[in-house]
Amino acid sequence: MAENPETVSTEDVILDVNRLTIRFGPVTILKDVSFRVCRGESVAVIGPNGSGKTVLFRALIGAIPSEGALKWTSGIRFGYVPQKVDLARDLPITGFDFLRARAAAGQSMDAALTQAIAAVGLTEALCRQPVGSLSGGQFQRLLIAFALMGDPDVLLLDEPTAGVDEPGQERLNEIIERLQAERRLTVLLISHDLSVVHQHATHVLCLSGGTAHFGEPRTILTPDLLHEVYGTPVAFHVHEH
Amino acid sequence: MALAAGLIGCFAVMRRMALAGDALSHVALPGIGIALALHIHPLFGAVAMLLFAGLLIWAIEDRSHLALETIIGVVFSGALAIGSLMTTGEDLIDALFGGAGMVSLAEIVFGVLTAAAVTIFVVWQRHALIVTLVSPDIARTIGIDVKRLNLVYLEMFALTVALGLRYLGVLLMGSLIIIPAATAKRVSRNLTQMLVIASVLAILVTIVGTLAAAHFQRPTGPFIVTIAAAVFFLSALWGD
Repeated sequence: MAENPETVSTEDVILDVNRLTIRFGPVTILKDVSFRVCRGESVAVIGPNGSGKTVLFRALIGAIPSEGALKWTSGIRFGYVPQKVDLARDLPITGFDFLRARAAAGQSMDAALTQAIAAVGLTEALCRQPVGSLSGGQFQRLLIAFALMGDPDVLLLDEPTAGVDEPGQERLNEIIERLQAERRLTVLLISHDLSVVHQHATHVLCLSGGTAHFGEPRTILTPDLLHEVYGTPVAFHVHEH
Repeated sequence: MALAAGLIGCFAVMRRMALAGDALSHVALPGIGIALALHIHPLFGAVAMLLFAGLLIWAIEDRSHLALETIIGVVFSGALAIGSLMTTGEDLIDALFGGAGMVSLAEIVFGVLTAAAVTIFVVWQRHALIVTLVSPDIARTIGIDVKRLNLVYLEMFALTVALGLRYLGVLLMGSLIIIPAATAKRVSRNLTQMLVIASVLAILVTIVGTLAAAHFQRPTGPFIVTIAAAVFFLSALWGD
């Protein structure tokens, strides 16, 4: 597990971000971003391209430095699924090679590997193939299986359905929803699909121009705010229950 | 030497530093030149310069975020020119292409210990190297110190180059690291296959090349690399 920058022990709050600022040299990417995440919540991070969504996630996992307060509750384990993996397609690395590397690094048992691939609906035959031959959706499920092997409390998913066809997107969304229910996971999800966000998220963090709006979907996904953030009218389909 | 070259080369090829690795081997030349000028064993000059180059590459990559291949290619190909100015005559030919002659006890001890260290490093750290190859950010979340791993890898690569300087020389040692691994990458279906095939190939071409060089009374380096390249082209013609 990555080292958490600081820890708090407030009941139910597992992540407390207060006035977080991230700069790359003279450029300020995020400024005074504040939000809290409680155990079991599903927080969607939205915003136009370049608004700092991935940068925020990289700060949350401790990969880049930040200013302000960023506090994970003590002992929290997180699994991270990145958006882009710059991997040559002809590498002789199989899904099993990748997952066994996780098992070795975390001293996990083989049972954890078997459970993880079953949880994301991958077969052993697919895991024996080179990762470059997997489809976008299959590779994303492999990354989620890798994250699950650490028995995480929190999953951070950076646009897991990007570049995946529609059936694959639906399957990934189903898997994430099922895992969250079965394992009582807290999920932080970067997504451009506002219909999915409206349907599944308990809270929405909307990043734009370095600043943030945070709240329940009904308060964030309003036509006026979305117009202000994206600079154009934004419509999305609302699933009726 | 060949075992270490085959193993470390697998990750060099997968990290897309094939050309960079070759250029890094040229850094040994100024070290050899300085050592000869100071009347100390050329191997130690080469090792010192290679280790320093590994550290320098790591530091530049960490601070500038330039592609590793760009840094090594641009900065250290110049080392070949500087080294050529500092080394002359027969010494230069031996340094560039490798030379026969008596191997000292110090060279044997250095070779055995370094080959063992490189082999143990790759076998022991292969899982961390794989996760870091796929995503350094994922590697960080499971507790891998990516910066330290990259530094140790580069230094192990540098030491592997030093291992083969006596037989293959500055110009060709990088090829023994890269070519068997590149061949193994083409024909392997998983990591274990790649590591085994690259190691066996590196050892075989070294043995066959050495025997051929002795038979024709020519330098060993060109024979070893020519055979390795021939095997690579055969694998390329064989298809996917």
